[in-house]
Amino acid sequence: MTNAALLLLADSRFPTGAHAHSNGVEAAHARGDLLSLADLSDFIDGRLATVGTTEAAFAAAACMPGAVWVDLDRELAARTPSPRLRAVSRTLGRQLLRAAERAWPSLPARELRSLHREGPMQSVALGATAAAAGLTPADAALCSLHHLVGAVTTSAVRLLGLDPFDVQAIAANRTPVLERLAAEAVARALGPADALPANNSLLADILAEHHATWEVRLFAS
Amino acid sequence: MWAFGVPGTRPLRIGIGGPVGSGKTALVAALCRLLATEFSTVVVTNDIFTTEDAEALRRMAVLPDDRIVPVETGACPHTAIRDDISANLDAVEQLEALHAPVDLTIIESGGDNLTAIFSRALVDKQIFVIDVAGGDKVPRKGGPGVTTADLLVINKTDLASLVRADLGVMDRDAKARRGELPICFTSLVEPAGAVEVAAWVRAQIARWRADGR
Repeated sequence: MTNAALLLLADSRFPTGAHAHSNGVEAAHARGDLLSLADLSDFIDGRLATVGTTEAAFAAAACMPGAVWVDLDRELAARTPSPRLRAVSRTLGRQLLRAAERAWPSLPARELRSLHREGPMQSVALGATAAAAGLTPADAALCSLHHLVGAVTTSAVRLLGLDPFDVQAIAANRTPVLERLAAEAVARALGPADALPANNSLLADILAEHHATWEVRLFAS
Repeated sequence: MWAFGVPGTRPLRIGIGGPVGSGKTALVAALCRLLATEFSTVVVTNDIFTTEDAEALRRMAVLPDDRIVPVETGACPHTAIRDDISANLDAVEQLEALHAPVDLTIIESGGDNLTAIFSRALVDKQIFVIDVAGGDKVPRKGGPGVTTADLLVINKTDLASLVRADLGVMDRDAKARRGELPICFTSLVEPAGAVEVAAWVRAQIARWRADGR
């Protein structure tokens, strides 16, 4: 347990390139599904219940001693139907490794890069990084959920001009939920890789494919 | 992969930054036209909203399409060149590996404000481009780009009389901010507009090859 390392890895200033991604906010906003603070609150709950629980479980599993990363990587890719989102996840996984191997040199970055020619899925890279940083699977899951909420809230503030204090209040309100989901993710992560959660949102996957074809967009996904 | 700063071990990476509309893409295009036959060149563009700059460079056919790659930077062009360079570094390394051996890598920042500056971990040298039409007060306002860039380009000199900008004032203020660092006045709409900048780049490549700095 090292709280300082967890804070470092959870900090949006840790340079992984994630700032260029809205986690579906831009596409949902353009469709008219995300226009207000109330919509944002619902959107966060939707993301947490779907891709949030899935990715948190994979991050926790990848952080466990003896984790078989190649299996986890394949299983998570299979749970990500959108080719665009798989590519985004591998890009962010690759970029996380760059920062993480410098910060925590014990990280087996070469092995993780070899999982796939485009790099490991982001949650697998995150779990492995958390382990190298001396963190627990629960920390890895919490970090995954925190990054999700952070990406959604930050991009919503930028795209919608929402009151940043209200937005952070929503995020603060969800912290007990994040703690609970992280604990559940760890429990699920103890099982075999093919039995890990497969919650996702088909609409978000479809919108991500559309978003990638827009001529003008602020975020990469 | 590359040993940083060891002479000849990797391409020279030059960053081109500056405000929106100052002429960064025009400068990249002109440099490619003047240098790509001498040096194996690749370009990474950063657009805020689109892949417009990469598309423009491809349309101008200054380089083969696969030597130009756009990177999307979210809402923060300066973050992608300064605080969190991962996406750019990722693109640069892939492009340099794909077209190895590369002599010159140009990274064009998304249009930003006067506080933008490239991380030394992303580029070896940087050019900051401002323009006369933005007002002759810009050099006096300073900022890290104007003050510390390895080369300051003041573009659109052809518009000076139209916007009542005093080039003498810009030159004096820029020198006051920059000391010995070089300044180059350009009009990139002229056919030979970038010749002086290209000569500077050539000298940087020679120096990089000789002593890795």
